[in-house]
Order: sequence, then C-alpha cells, then structure tokens
Amino acid sequence: MIFETKEELKQHTKAYEAAKALLYQLADDDFMIAYRGSEWLGLAPHIEEDVAFSSISQDTMGHAVMYYQLLEELGEGKADDISHLRNPVEYRNAIILEEKNGTGTYLEKPDYDWAFAVVRNLFYDYAKTIRLQSLKDSSYKPLAHIARRVIGEEYYHLMHWELWFKQLMQSTPEARQRMEAAIERVWDEFDGVLTLGPEGEAMNEYSLISSEQNLRDRWVEKVQHILSEVDYKIERKPGMKSGNGRMGEHTEDLNQALSILSEVYRTDPVTSW
Amino acid sequence: MVIERAQLVEEIRAVLQEVKDPEIPSISIVELGMLDTVEVEGTKARIQAKPTFVGCPALDIIKKNIVNAVIGLEGIDEVEVKYVYDPPWTTDSISEGGKEKLKVYGIAPPPSEHTPGEPWHIDCPYCGSTYTTMENIFGPTACRSILYCRSCKNPFEAMKPVANI
Repeated sequence: MIFETKEELKQHTKAYEAAKALLYQLADDDFMIAYRGSEWLGLAPHIEEDVAFSSISQDTMGHAVMYYQLLEELGEGKADDISHLRNPVEYRNAIILEEKNGTGTYLEKPDYDWAFAVVRNLFYDYAKTIRLQSLKDSSYKPLAHIARRVIGEEYYHLMHWELWFKQLMQSTPEARQRMEAAIERVWDEFDGVLTLGPEGEAMNEYSLISSEQNLRDRWVEKVQHILSEVDYKIERKPGMKSGNGRMGEHTEDLNQALSILSEVYRTDPVTSW
Repeated sequence: MVIERAQLVEEIRAVLQEVKDPEIPSISIVELGMLDTVEVEGTKARIQAKPTFVGCPALDIIKKNIVNAVIGLEGIDEVEVKYVYDPPWTTDSISEGGKEKLKVYGIAPPPSEHTPGEPWHIDCPYCGSTYTTMENIFGPTACRSILYCRSCKNPFEAMKPVANI
C-alpha cells in the first residue's frame, strides 16, 4: 500500500496512527540531540570543531523541523507548539539523547564530556542513516521525499564523527579510557533509540519503515565493524537501562532541556519569532 | 486570458531573478536552482521552491523576499510560497551562470555529478589553482566548507556537494 498524500493516509486509521507515532520519534530524537549539541557552542575542543559541531546541530534541528511540519500537516497542531508546548511525558525521544553533556551548565562551570559527545553522536548517526535509508522507501511518500533530502546532509555528519571516534580511540591511554567508558555507557542505553515502541509492528505492517529487528541488526553490524577497526568489542546486546522514551519514560534531564529550549516561546506563543 | 496569465508567470520568474540568497548575495534563487513551479490563478500566485540545506535559517527570509518581490506586480494580490522536497534539490540544480557567480563571492562551486564518499577537486575561486587544502568541511553556513589556497595564499569557501544518494 502506498500513501501519496496525507488524505490517503488518513483513510487508514491504523496506518495514520502508526505514521504519527513514527514522526514523533524521528522529530523528538533529532530535536534533543540537536539541542544537546548546541550547548557545546563555545566549549568544543577547538574553534574549528565549534564551527563544525554547531553546523551539524543546526542541520539536525532543521531535520526535526521538517518532521514537526509533517505532524502539523497531519493535524497535530502548529509545528512550533508541538515542539515547545507538550508535556515531557508526551515526548518520544530516546533517553540517551536527552542526557546532559556533563555536569554544570553551558553558562556555569560546564564540565562536559567530549568522549560522550563523540560516541553518542556517532552511534546516533549510524542509527539515523540506517533509518533514513529505510524511510526513502516509506509507503508515506511525503516522508520518503524528506528522507531522501536529509540523507545527503547526514552523510557529512557521520563522516565527521567517524573521524573523531577513530582518532580518539587510537590516541593517548587517557583518551582511550574515556572513550571506552563512553562506549559502555551509551551502549547500555542505546536500545532506546533502536526500538520503535509499541506501534513498531504497525509501522512495519504498513511499510512506513523496516522492522525494528532489521534496523537493529544493521546498526549492531555497523557499530561492531567500527569497533573492530579500533580493536574493541562488546559481547552483550544494547540495553535500555534508564527506561523507554518511546513510551514517555524520561529523566529529569528532559525537563531541564525543555525548560530552557521553550523558555522564550512560552512567554508568548502567539508572537512570530 | 491564457496569454495574459502566461505573461504574468514570465514576469514573476523575471522578478525572482532579483531575489538573492541572503547569505550569498551574488546569486539569485533562480540561479541556485531553488525555483520549482510558478502558477497564477486569478490574482493569486502560487510558487513552489526547493530548499537547499533543510536546516538553513535563510529559508524563512527567502520566503518573505519572494512574497515581497511578487506582490508588487500588477495583477497579483496574493502570493503563496511553499517549500517542496520532490524532486529534491541537489547541487547539480545550480545553473552554469550561477556557478560563476558563486566564484565572484569567493565561493568555489560544487562539482557536477559528485559521487558521495569520493574526494572532489576544488579549485581556488580567486586564482583557479587546484593546489588547495580542506581546512574544515563545515563552514560559516550549512552549505559551505572552509579551504585554503596554497598558490595565492587566500582562504576561501566552497559549496558542499549534495547528491541524490
């Protein structure tokens, strides 16, 4: 079954609900990691990285905007309201993407973990690229068109984090140790990104996206490949220690992120920003 | 009526030649390959445009500039601008004339028919030398990279190739 337009999609209630669930996941994942990325501005290891990372975060925020606009077209309300005015339990992003960059804030005593940033972004960009490759063939054509467009930009992000990852893994003993700690930490939460949540089967049934298992297998293969290149191995399966964001389970870190993100918008949602 | 409408569409396309990219003022959105379709219905103009980089903050400004340029035309009371993603914008959408205008602004144009994953040659937009180095694949805007010319010793920018993968 192919849905060329939102009207065609709306005629199939189950597919319509599944498509919305998927869009919330895609949008909120990009929104959160882009926000955490933006907090690094001025704090990245060197000025060229500041330019690169902020450019990547800006692209990623743009990707989130497109998914929120698709939700708006499907009748979920204004894109800006969807992104800024929902309650934290209504967000569907994975928990690992909402976690703070480290202790302190970007204004006060930021003690951010660069190894965590590199690993979280690399692992996420593998998952995102695999998802986009599948979404290019999505039965919901407006989503497929956007996926095709995003993947051309995503390619540069992945290349960037692969470079950092390999260099730090083969650098000083301290760098290696920090990177390994970050890999272990992100790995034990990463199934939160890989899961498609309770609506996952319906998403696959209507060919909106490949099956969760297929996407997960491809991700594990990709990550194990780069780990083997730097002589590292993880035997266990990726975990979801802190809970399932696809079901609205979140940490205090999400509240903190949303309160800053939406502070200005909430003061006057009617104004054109 | 039909002839008049066709004329109006031509007029709209002509004024859109004057709408520049706010971040690269030497090139128009038409030369960048952003303009998709122009339609006129009664006194309403419907314009579809293809965004370059999707997170580009200039998109809203460009939209506003399109409206302002077209609303001034006689016979048009209303302008609707919509960004569309099919067919996708790629750097191959930039016209040959557009590529020359990028150079005027110190930006090396992207190569044609780029295969992702493969290196691409970037010539210095000032002296034409191929003796250049990539300093940062990410630059001051989403679509640009930062390079250095070892021949004429100028830093310069290049537009990143975006292919339909």
